[in-house]
Amino acid sequence: MLTYTIRRLLIAIPTLLFISLIIFLILDLAPSDPTASLPLTIPPEVRAEIRASLGLDEPVHIRFGLWLYQFFVNEPINLIEQWTGASFGEESRPRVVSWQTRSPVVDLIAQRMPQTLWVVGTSYVVGILIAVPIGVISAYRQYSWFDQLGTFISMLGFSVPTFFTGVLFIVIFSVQLGWFPSVYDTTHVVTDFASFWVQIKQIIMPVMVLGLFNASQISRFMRASMLDNLNQDYVRTARAKGLSEQVVVLVHVLRNSMIPVVTVIALGVPQVFGGAIITEQVFKVNGLGHLLIGAIQGGDIPTVQTLTFIFAFLIVLFNLIADVLYGILDPRIRYD
Amino acid sequence: MTDTTTNQAPRNQWWDVWDQFKTHKGALLGAGFFVFMLLFVYLGPYVWGIDPGHIDPRVRNQGMSFAHPMGTDQLGRDMFARMMAGGQISIAVGLTAMLLSLVLGTFIGVLAGYFKRIDGLLMRFTDLFLALPLLPLLLVIVMLYRDPLRAAFGPETGIFILIVFVIGITSWMQTARIVRGDVLALKEREFVLAARSIGTPPHRMILRHLLPNVMSPIMVSATLGIANAIITESALSFLGLGFPSDFPTWGRLLFDGTDWLQRNPERVIWPGLAISLTVLSVNYIGDGLRDALDPRIRGR
Repeated sequence: MLTYTIRRLLIAIPTLLFISLIIFLILDLAPSDPTASLPLTIPPEVRAEIRASLGLDEPVHIRFGLWLYQFFVNEPINLIEQWTGASFGEESRPRVVSWQTRSPVVDLIAQRMPQTLWVVGTSYVVGILIAVPIGVISAYRQYSWFDQLGTFISMLGFSVPTFFTGVLFIVIFSVQLGWFPSVYDTTHVVTDFASFWVQIKQIIMPVMVLGLFNASQISRFMRASMLDNLNQDYVRTARAKGLSEQVVVLVHVLRNSMIPVVTVIALGVPQVFGGAIITEQVFKVNGLGHLLIGAIQGGDIPTVQTLTFIFAFLIVLFNLIADVLYGILDPRIRYD
Repeated sequence: MTDTTTNQAPRNQWWDVWDQFKTHKGALLGAGFFVFMLLFVYLGPYVWGIDPGHIDPRVRNQGMSFAHPMGTDQLGRDMFARMMAGGQISIAVGLTAMLLSLVLGTFIGVLAGYFKRIDGLLMRFTDLFLALPLLPLLLVIVMLYRDPLRAAFGPETGIFILIVFVIGITSWMQTARIVRGDVLALKEREFVLAARSIGTPPHRMILRHLLPNVMSPIMVSATLGIANAIITESALSFLGLGFPSDFPTWGRLLFDGTDWLQRNPERVIWPGLAISLTVLSVNYIGDGLRDALDPRIRGR
């Protein structure tokens, strides 16, 4: 298992390098010139000097190498220095600076991360909590009205895009009924019960939108996995031993069916971050997705590169976690 | 397949598929709705006859009425006509992007499955693509390459090409994997051995013997591809990085409608319903096709 994990970690390195190359090239080959917005009165030779001072006259592979060095060496050291207060080396290292705000991108991300984690994390947990019971009951009572309804709703949740459910929720619950605010206020601080209630009210809509979407995907897997297990011999054995139905389903079958579902849950985490881009836009949550959209619309290339790379890193990381988890949870799987 | 009931006339296998497909209620409904949507979107404008771009300031922001069944927008343009025009682009994007991703996916899948030497390389390539953060990358590509393409091909065609292209090249991976798996399994079958033993060259082997046999998974992933492409295009338009307002798609109409939520919420609901129901119907068609094309289920 350990050798497998190490091998997977080693494979992850070229994958990440390749992804960073693609991200770098897409932005680098784009037909846009950073000096385009400077006044036209600047003579061409001065313009060439400006480009040289920005490092733009170097060949592509050198720029890519420098970018990688900045990304994988300088920024992590900066981050560690910030967290621990220790300093490595005297000279000040360059930082990836956002073109919009003129502040380091890493700081921007650190500011926006908690909001995204709160909303996305809660919605994922809610999604799992909804999906698992629905999947279990649907499979146990296959073709019952509950199963039919559950499958239909999960198909619906699968097909209806989050930007429509989000807007629909706003129309119904904010505009018509006036129950919940349509904008998520991230400056809100929870101090007592009343403010906690306000927080619940504002988080409920984004969480439900994302949660329903996640639940519909997970419950499909849960149901299929339960159905696979319910017909196995060990279930008959457990019943023959005289175990109660509750123990058979909730202990024997559920534990075995959770194995593939847990990996699906792990694989889904980065997708949830991607999906959150849209939900954050709908409810004006100023998280990572909101930062990305703002940076894209403002042409802020360093921020876009960093964020895209973080999303890619999350995907690679959670693929790894899913594979390793599968090996740990299921002793029948041996990778060696 | 040897038929025991000899009095029956020989039937095309597609009739069997159709018979099985008909038993799936959701799939049948979905197919009906999808055909209805196609008719509404492509033939509707000839019947309705109002220009979707016609501005009439006297009837701004109207609700539903007989003259304007879905109301009008802030410039007095008829929403019913705009829904038809938007649907044309949305469905066209869905179909073309699906075709592109299908061709790419099938090509790479067949190559990887058939030629052992490039299998490892192509599959690593597929895995790399699967690890890309698609939505952020799509947004970035659209942002960077939108203006040059607009300048080269005109505002509507340029953005159409760009969006179809980016959706196509980011959604072929699942098809490639499925096709490769099926080709690997088919390669071990006797009929392939027989074909090879009479000296069939690789290209004819692929076109005549392998491709017809992987048609069923390709058709199922085609339906998923349409659904995925329609949702992705709407998401891009919703984030303001898709089609411009003059050439609306359903996603763009929804996006434009969000500014008028309090006044006319139906401006959001109609395009949203259209997207959701179309995707739902396509997904149901896929479900039905999967059952109908599976010979193990079809016999029963």
